[in-house]
Amino acid sequence: MSEEAELLPGTLDLLILKAVSLGPLHGYAVLARIEQISGQRLFVEQGALYPALFRLVRQGLLKTEWGKSENNRRAKFYELTAKGGRRLRQETEGWKRLASAIGSALAARPGEA
Amino acid sequence: MNLISYLRSLGARFLHRSRTEKELEEELSQHIQLRSKELERCGFAPAEAERQARIEFGSSERFKAECREAMAGTFLDTLLQDLRFTVRILAKSPGFTAVIILTMAVAIGATTAIFSVVDATLLHPLPYPNAGQLVQVVDDLPGVGAKDVGISIPEWKDIEGSGIFEYVAPIGGGDVNLTGLSQPTRIAFLNVPTNYFALLGIKPALGRTFDPQDKTPGFTLEVVISDRLWKEAFGSDPQILGKKLRLDNDLYHVIGVMPPGFHDPLRTIQQRNTQLWAASGFAAPPAPPPLRSSRFIPEAIGRLKSGLSLPAAQSRLDALVVALRKQFPADYPMESNWTVRLIPLKESVLGNSRESLILIFAAVGLVLLIGCANVANLLLARASARTREMAIRRALGGSATRLVQQLLTESIVLSLLGGVLGLAFLYCAEGLLLRLVPESLPQLNTVSVNWSVLLFALFLSVMSGVIFGVVPALQAGRADVGGVLKFEGRNSTGSRGQARTRRLLVISEFALALVLMIAAGLLLRSFWDLLNVRLGFNPNKTMVVRTWLPVPNDPSTDIYGSPAKEAPLLREILRRVKTLSGVEEAAVGNLAAIPLGHTRPNLNVFALIQESHEIARDQAPIVNGSTVTPEYFHLLQIPLLRGRSFTDSDDDKAPSVVMINEAMAKKYWPNTDPIGDRLKLPIPGNPSSLVWNTIVGVVADARTESLADISTSQFYFCAYQRRPRDLAIFLRGRLDTVVIPSRVREHVQSIDRELPVFGAETLDDALSRSLIQPRFSMELVGLFAFTALLLAVIGIYGVISYIVSERRHEIGIRLALGAEGKNILRMVLRQGLQVAFAGAIIGLAGAFIVSKLMAHLLYDVHPNDAITFFSVAVLFIGVALPACYFPALRATKVDPMIALRDS
Repeated sequence: MSEEAELLPGTLDLLILKAVSLGPLHGYAVLARIEQISGQRLFVEQGALYPALFRLVRQGLLKTEWGKSENNRRAKFYELTAKGGRRLRQETEGWKRLASAIGSALAARPGEA
Repeated sequence: MNLISYLRSLGARFLHRSRTEKELEEELSQHIQLRSKELERCGFAPAEAERQARIEFGSSERFKAECREAMAGTFLDTLLQDLRFTVRILAKSPGFTAVIILTMAVAIGATTAIFSVVDATLLHPLPYPNAGQLVQVVDDLPGVGAKDVGISIPEWKDIEGSGIFEYVAPIGGGDVNLTGLSQPTRIAFLNVPTNYFALLGIKPALGRTFDPQDKTPGFTLEVVISDRLWKEAFGSDPQILGKKLRLDNDLYHVIGVMPPGFHDPLRTIQQRNTQLWAASGFAAPPAPPPLRSSRFIPEAIGRLKSGLSLPAAQSRLDALVVALRKQFPADYPMESNWTVRLIPLKESVLGNSRESLILIFAAVGLVLLIGCANVANLLLARASARTREMAIRRALGGSATRLVQQLLTESIVLSLLGGVLGLAFLYCAEGLLLRLVPESLPQLNTVSVNWSVLLFALFLSVMSGVIFGVVPALQAGRADVGGVLKFEGRNSTGSRGQARTRRLLVISEFALALVLMIAAGLLLRSFWDLLNVRLGFNPNKTMVVRTWLPVPNDPSTDIYGSPAKEAPLLREILRRVKTLSGVEEAAVGNLAAIPLGHTRPNLNVFALIQESHEIARDQAPIVNGSTVTPEYFHLLQIPLLRGRSFTDSDDDKAPSVVMINEAMAKKYWPNTDPIGDRLKLPIPGNPSSLVWNTIVGVVADARTESLADISTSQFYFCAYQRRPRDLAIFLRGRLDTVVIPSRVREHVQSIDRELPVFGAETLDDALSRSLIQPRFSMELVGLFAFTALLLAVIGIYGVISYIVSERRHEIGIRLALGAEGKNILRMVLRQGLQVAFAGAIIGLAGAFIVSKLMAHLLYDVHPNDAITFFSVAVLFIGVALPACYFPALRATKVDPMIALRDS
């Protein structure tokens, strides 16, 4: 069995927000950051990242700015907005509640019910 | 915040489309570059690294499309695409497009036209501030079966002082002679209290209106004039304020001019077109003494205190009435059960026009629906031609929703274009439309194409587009792609389902059209019956010319103040007009004696107190009375049944006499002879003193009060014993209708040059005028019903032609195998008639319900009149038959060789 976990639907947005919350990033770096902070266990389909970024921008959760990338080329940087920060906190809370609920449900032993 | 990022996204998409595209391209290629650099670092050769990076990334075109979709305005973008496509598609088949647009233009134009009338009358009947607080105040005596009996001055004061109302205004009036101009003119005037304009909340265009605090008991001698009078009689004189006017010989001065669109919120046409308003307190001559039981003011309106609802006001008023009945037991006997009723002014103004208007509006709405069904049918027909296009688009990845959206856009565009054209028709024909609207409709607002009408037309267009577009669009969305592509659109299950849908559409068209036809048929029959009632009098070869004797405020200056003073004038008028060429007979009466010529409510009603059955005045039933000279009955050919007619010697020196009609005799003297019995009636000029009048004769019933009702009780005074102010001169003979009015004027004015002579018309004209409103409803509903029938016939023709062309192959085989043309004809006809019969049966059931709702509008015709139902149904099948016959005939002419080769 592979070490990589499947990405649950709807979690990509949350991961992007988390990645960007640590500092402005361009698209490729967002991907790298997600892999890095997940301990190389989560991998995102590369192209699918961009529609998600565009969607978050439209929702006002991210803002963009053109700057210089590490190879000294023009690149589009994504940055968390205040609203994006609020959304990240909410979603994180929600995710933790869900995870612990599912965790305890799955930990149930016969006889406990 | 959210909105800003949305707008920015929208801007990026539409305003900076090329820049956005370039940046998207740059961003994605940048990603691939970074990835391939990293792969190089892991040891890939540069070319191999880039290839690997591209593979890992996936289809960049797909993701670009997804990015575009993620931006705002996808809906708008697809809409623009659809619109562009729609324009191309519609331009490709101009004939088809034109037919649909024209159908919708007629249907939407007609519906909008009727809506503009409904908007100005039903929806906004009262153009006054806070019109919801306006009510009509009506006295009833239910104990004696009398309704709407008018109001007395003490009652007015009590009701106005009760705290329920802001103001209450009793309203009198009639005609007044305006002299001092080149010709004495008779104008419609209202006698109102000083609070009248404050009650309505309307400001004058010039000068001021009456001061509501003015407590003058008699006339204030101030008048407000209408814009029309100001323009016509005074040439829009800017110095009009303060000008003296001589009205019925008294001098008044003008204090204000009302704005052009102002109309009074009252019940008759004449009242609504008042030319002059004079204020009085109704408590001094010429008004009679203000007695509680003397309800000489025909009607009253009021404005409720703001915030007070009608039910709350009514219950407080009921309590007041109970208290007053206790306080004045002599004036309010238990038996008469006096009550005061509040009616929203809107309702009393609309009267029975409401039902006619709703009927007409419903009729035109049905025409619109039928039009939509027809267009839906056309679209379905075209959809079968476009099946391949749709299937290919589906196969190439167009989603069903996307196709439905595209087709709906097409139909809404068609409908909007129809709506625009319809409005253009309406705009050109607005004058014509206004002339069609009968004067008797209470249009206090001017009928016009205003913003709400435009908004309605827009709404209607979009709605119709959705209605006629939704069925074909959904059907296209459901199409079985594989099947269509395999069979190239022929013989697929889709077309069988489509034939069913089209049949259903035509059945509903037939049903709706049948309902309309039956409604029109009932109205037509009812109108026909009204036209052909036995009138009881003969209106042919008769004319009436009106005049008016002044009523000065000081009775001592009234030169016609008593029957003895007025009778010589009447006799002289008769003697002179009889000498006119062509005149064979002449008579004089008051306005109430003009058959069907009523212009005001409660003008000529009297309490009936019989000597043989004496009761208090307040408990007496109310009957109509008019005043005539002896020649009247012979002139109108109303036969005398018993007793004698009036004679020239029934004058002020002889005992007072009356004649009654047969309906009254039967109703109030069911078992005895009324001749010789006496009636207690008011003396002329003073409604509160009563004298006995002997009944001398009974005449046959005539429909002089209402065409629809022959059994109205009616009695007659002799003109020489009264002093009628409102005079009608009746003439019979071979009359030159052009010359007579001016000849009569010359003769009347050579007796008294202050008398106006006006309102000449033949009784035939008066008769047809009284039929204007039923005629209007009948004609419009008839027109719409005819249109509906036409559309339904086109519909059935279309669907049968479609069925024939769908089954051409099958018919070809049948013919090739030796089937006779006769049998093919019968087969196709049977299909068509099935549709027509199904529509007729559903329609008959619908008409059964609808006709009950319109029972009020029918005269002498049962709402479920079997003859109408049957004949309309037969007519329907009758027109459906040829509409099916011709396509069926074509089916028999199918050439088997060609039909078979085609497939």
